[in-house]
Amino acid sequence: MSTTTKQPQEAGSNSAPKRKLRTKRRHTVAGWLFMMPFTLVFLTFLVAPLFYAAYLSTFRSALVGDTKFVLFDNYVKALTDPQFLDGVSFVLRFAVILIPLQMGVSLIVALLLDQLTTKFAKAARLMIFLPYAIPLVIGAIMWGFLYSKNFGPMGEIFGLIGAIPPDLLSRELIFFGLLNLVTWQWAGYYMIIIFAALQGIDSTLYEAARIDGANNLQIALKIKIPLVTPALVLILIFALIGTLQFFNEPQILKPLAAGAIDASFTPNMYAYQQAFLLGDFNYGSTISFVLGAVVFVFVYIFIFATRRRGGFML
Amino acid sequence: MTRTNAIENKRGPRRPKQVFTHVFLGAMVVYFLIPFWWIVVASSKDAQALFGGGSALWFSENPDYFGNLVALFTFDNGIYLRWLTNSTIYALSGGVGATILAVLAGYGFAKFAFWGRRFSFSLLLGAVMVPQTALVIPTFILLSNMGLTNTMWAVILPSLLNPFGVYLMYVYAKDAIPDELLDAARVDGAGEFRTFIQVALPILRPAVVTVLLVSIVATWNNYFLPLAMLSDPRLYPVTVGIGVWQGLASSNNGGGSIWSIIIIGALVSVIPLAISFLALQRYWQGGLTIGSIK
Repeated sequence: MSTTTKQPQEAGSNSAPKRKLRTKRRHTVAGWLFMMPFTLVFLTFLVAPLFYAAYLSTFRSALVGDTKFVLFDNYVKALTDPQFLDGVSFVLRFAVILIPLQMGVSLIVALLLDQLTTKFAKAARLMIFLPYAIPLVIGAIMWGFLYSKNFGPMGEIFGLIGAIPPDLLSRELIFFGLLNLVTWQWAGYYMIIIFAALQGIDSTLYEAARIDGANNLQIALKIKIPLVTPALVLILIFALIGTLQFFNEPQILKPLAAGAIDASFTPNMYAYQQAFLLGDFNYGSTISFVLGAVVFVFVYIFIFATRRRGGFML
Repeated sequence: MTRTNAIENKRGPRRPKQVFTHVFLGAMVVYFLIPFWWIVVASSKDAQALFGGGSALWFSENPDYFGNLVALFTFDNGIYLRWLTNSTIYALSGGVGATILAVLAGYGFAKFAFWGRRFSFSLLLGAVMVPQTALVIPTFILLSNMGLTNTMWAVILPSLLNPFGVYLMYVYAKDAIPDELLDAARVDGAGEFRTFIQVALPILRPAVVTVLLVSIVATWNNYFLPLAMLSDPRLYPVTVGIGVWQGLASSNNGGGSIWSIIIIGALVSVIPLAISFLALQRYWQGGLTIGSIK
């Protein structure tokens, strides 16, 4: 956690304190000049909206008449709103299953690719990464079609083994339909991050381990995985944030999965419905604020728990 | 990173174990490519073939890509082309803008011990974790008060915010640019900005390409923001547009012909980014790791 950039040291300078002061001022002026454009955007599109959402969430708009200051009433309403709580419980359950699955897939593939140097491995790496370049919306539409009974291949594939195809758009199985979709969409991106971290490991470590009699599996478990932990932490945080604010995929699949996904399926969809479809910006803001708080709490617990293993540090 | 590659290339001959590895990887590749295969195949079909008895995983008996493309680009007065153009405008302006801000701020964080730096940096890290969607509702009202909703600005301006891009630039700049080099330029009389342009920027190029690519992808793929901000279909990016078509087609199950348009529309919208990723792989493959190696 080094906090100061190295100060320029000039030999033979006899007015060191003065120079130091001047350097410091130069650092502050120039530093803030470079920071200025981003700071403006940051204040306008992050800080201001957050404060504004907090402000909005303390009012309630009536259908007739004016808006009323209600302080925490909206929060009380949200925390006892079964539709909102169901959504939160869904994204938490989804995160618990999805994140280990996704990280498992991407870690295993990355470890295998790291051992191979064939042309096929190189091509495979790109192919597996490709879904990242696909808009979530398009990915969701493609899988929605693949799941569809009307023109998807599920009937054919399961027909081969004489089984009845599962309806991944049904109320019972939509969880797995979404699980597959999100894993497909993100595993390749995570794999690339882990893979690159693996490539950054000094390979003399492996040779030393081999001399000591370690096999590939032991090398993977004892050397590679511990050394890519910062990458894994980073991925976990991304996945956690992304899953808790799940929106695009269920929103797109909603018309296809009639009955399985409703407007309050995830907290974000609920906030969107309240604000943009029902016009209740106050309650919509409250929901997204509570959701933001949930994300923050989980991420911070997580960062705290993994602090010693690296991650975001200055 | 490339050096370790060279060392690994010299490893001994292939062991038989790798056959299983290759088979497993092959299966993974098939899984990850299935949707692409399906969409390429399904795009060859007209509505009749789509719902007809043919295999869902093979081409139509009389592939009609051209007919479908014509239908796509003429449907609803050719609005699809408009959506593609909008997506390009949003992605380029949002992506380039966000990258410029990120490069400047990341460099500022990395190379200046300015007053308030630690505090600002913890704010930045906090911002990486703020769900983008939590910002959309208040941003909508703020922009609406300024009369900017339902204009291109409503999509472009919020896209300029990319805290993670700043973080990536910071991590990269911190190690890649030696302080001595900057000091040398300063001693030679170059101003801070000139030092940045002529000394720092060339060194930062790999990170700049990565942040640019990631920002462009993020804006091109964005759905929630334009969905909330725009009500005029002529301003939609392709993601929102296809989403709307898809919703329409599902809700009135009758019109079968629109399905084939949606499918080829999805295919066309995927092509630009897929090609740029494959073409630019040399640049982003190293860069994507910037945040994770440290």
